[in-house]
Amino acid sequence: MKTLSIIESAYRGTIEEQDDTIVWLHGAMKGAGADVALLLRGNAVNYLVEGQDAGGLAFGEWRQTQPPRIAKDLAALIGKGVEIRYVADDLAERGIERDELIAGAQPVARAGLADLIGRYERVWHW
Amino acid sequence: MADRKTITIAIMDAPYEGARSTTALRLIDIAARRGYNINVFAYEGAVLQPFVAQKPHPNAVHGRTVEEENHFMPKDAIAALMRAAEHNGGKIDWVNCGLCVDERGAAEAVPGVRRGSPADFWKMAEASDNTLVIATR
Repeated sequence: MKTLSIIESAYRGTIEEQDDTIVWLHGAMKGAGADVALLLRGNAVNYLVEGQDAGGLAFGEWRQTQPPRIAKDLAALIGKGVEIRYVADDLAERGIERDELIAGAQPVARAGLADLIGRYERVWHW
Repeated sequence: MADRKTITIAIMDAPYEGARSTTALRLIDIAARRGYNINVFAYEGAVLQPFVAQKPHPNAVHGRTVEEENHFMPKDAIAALMRAAEHNGGKIDWVNCGLCVDERGAAEAVPGVRRGSPADFWKMAEASDNTLVIATR
């Protein structure tokens, strides 16, 4: 069943998990054959910004070697055929320019959300 | 060191579910580097932070082995922080709320963690230069 997942909760536990658990979940489901698409809204639109660097975490002698690289994870999903959209209004409200984003993510206007959602048989909101 | 500072930090968040626990560990790291004595009162889900049964895992989605993934383990960070504090002349007194531990079956913790109660939190706060509460939301 064609499913749209709306990701709104952002940067929740991403440093410790070394990724976003919901983005990761969809990578795993895609690998299992799921027909999923993602819509990023709210603060989650920032996940698409390419120039993020969460590296450098250290506690005592312990060093994190695999910090989260969420934009890269999303780019990998696009590479596997997952459609990724973002709410353009949410991007603009945060002062993020479209040329800061990874390639392949498509904007959708807030006014167009109802039409978009109507194209899917199942919608999950994370 | 006569002017060694003592701070108490209360934390509540379980691992992997938010940034507050990472922030708490980062603050403890700074205090440990400065040689402070650090008291930690772990309440509710935070008693799972030093839980010894945490295990690293590979990450098939990222195509990494368990070694390459080098997954963040709060218990290892806490152990490293305890060593860092000691190295710099301070210490970490980590108290896990005993009832919270029982509820979660999280009795096994890394060395240096002890079982206690809210009374310990009160005593630690009374004996500290300052107290920081990082509550869950």
